Amino acid sequence: MISFDDVDKSWGPNHVLKKLNFHVKPAEKVSIIGPSGSGKTTILRILMTLENPDEGIVTVDGDELWNVERGRRIRRETTQMKLTRRKIGMVFQQFNLFPHLSAIQNVMEAPIQVLGMSKNEAHERAKGLLDTVGLGEHLDHKPPKLSGGQQQRVAIARAMAMRPKVMLFDEVTSALDPELVGDVLDVIRDLATSTDMTMLLVTHEMRFAEEISDRVVMFDGGVAVEQGPPQKIFQDPDNERTRRFLKAVLEH
Amino acid sequence: MSTIIDYAPRLWEGLVVTLQLLVLGSLLALVIAFAAGLTRLSRHRLVRLPAAIFIEVFRGTSMIVQLFWFFYALPFLGIELPPFETGVVVLALNEGAYAAEIVRGAIKSRPAGQTEACIALGIGPAKRMRRILIPQSIPAMLPPFGNVLVDLFKNTSLVATITVLDLTYMGLEVRTNTGETTAIFATLLVIYFVVSLLLWVLMNGLERRFAIDRTKKSTRIKSWILSQPRGGAGA
Ligand SMILES: Nc1ncnc2c1ncn2[C@@H]1O[C@H](COP(=O)(O)OP(=O)(O)OP(=O)(O)O)[C@@H](O)[C@H]1O
Ligand SMILES: [Mg+2]
Repeated sequence: MISFDDVDKSWGPNHVLKKLNFHVKPAEKVSIIGPSGSGKTTILRILMTLENPDEGIVTVDGDELWNVERGRRIRRETTQMKLTRRKIGMVFQQFNLFPHLSAIQNVMEAPIQVLGMSKNEAHERAKGLLDTVGLGEHLDHKPPKLSGGQQQRVAIARAMAMRPKVMLFDEVTSALDPELVGDVLDVIRDLATSTDMTMLLVTHEMRFAEEISDRVVMFDGGVAVEQGPPQKIFQDPDNERTRRFLKAVLEH
Repeated sequence: MSTIIDYAPRLWEGLVVTLQLLVLGSLLALVIAFAAGLTRLSRHRLVRLPAAIFIEVFRGTSMIVQLFWFFYALPFLGIELPPFETGVVVLALNEGAYAAEIVRGAIKSRPAGQTEACIALGIGPAKRMRRILIPQSIPAMLPPFGNVLVDLFKNTSLVATITVLDLTYMGLEVRTNTGETTAIFATLLVIYFVVSLLLWVLMNGLERRFAIDRTKKSTRIKSWILSQPRGGAGA
């Protein structure tokens, strides 16, 4: 479903991804862990075409995301590219809800504007999704009136409204107060168990990653240093760096 | 005083012209502000450049010189506009250039996350601007727009220099005819002040209407008292 082949990315002297090879099967739930600055966010942003890789090939559902022109990778703005990108949804650490729109308008916006859905149909879909994430009571509230946890659940509903095949979660609970994390994780757990969406999660919630992932990938120094089933990675990692990282994180 | 009362209809006529300059000038200025401000946000340098030149030229030269240029110099190039229309156009170009920077600044200062959310949802550049970035920038634009509006209103008095029969022109005329210098200028001050005050009330209402978080009480009047002419109007 997703493949990175020999993908390179640097910012100046900062070599963030080094010939990265990384593949995800359809419906697979993959957690990405690793120390700060190891390029986890960069991987998701490249998939969402928010960053350009310097080298290599990235495909989603068989379609390449980049055109090489004069040695540079540029985002394709063709119809094909738009359709490919539509298969991907992303939930951000900082929610990035549209502050001038109510919860339900946030969810309805893209189906109406991008898919050309009728208002009624979009409203129905949005209401259903907001009910599922536990925000049925807050349809008309604007983001500033919602707690961080509620905002993040609206953001998940907003991404789901486009029915993506691949969903990217970038540390979606890191900006939340501890007591609000649970509700958001519950929603993601539901999605993981009840849908066949391909899911890519960057997370520091190790227990959660262990619980819902099919596979965990440990990144460090621009490469995937170790990957495998969650039990293996969390209980009996082979790699020394993984062991040190997990020890540091779990001691918190 | 009675002599001024006799001339009240003349002053009224002048006020009507001044208000027409205000309304037409600010509407045209708004259009120019969005056209130039959005153009200056373009990804392409060749599109940005003309907007940047327009904005900087009109912000960087005196309005009275612009008025004279449009009124006295343009006819030599074969473009002739009546005084009132010249006044409206110059007011709009001048204040529109300031407001364009407000438009650009407000939109540019939206967090990158808004654009990224749009990309992630497939909302393309045009709709992103129209449906997402512009609407959420309006609350930030309104207070500096208020400054520009009052500024435009005050600058309407300059068009008296190109024979537009506005309030100032009429006031000067009445003064010549009556010799009531003190009374006439006091009257003008009061009228200009009252209209400015009404403009602030209007802007205050608009700000409350467009506030994203409507519970926040606006403190516009206070900041009006503290505000400097054109302070912070640029980006
Ligand atoms: N736009 C950018 N310009 C310059 N450097 C960047 C940019 N984005 C990321 N980087 C750098 O790339 C490296 C990897 O960043 P990335 O955000 O992918 O790390 P991460 O693994 O997600 O870290 P964290 O756990 O802190 O979120 C970091 O050193 C970061 O400073
Ligand atoms: Mg990150």
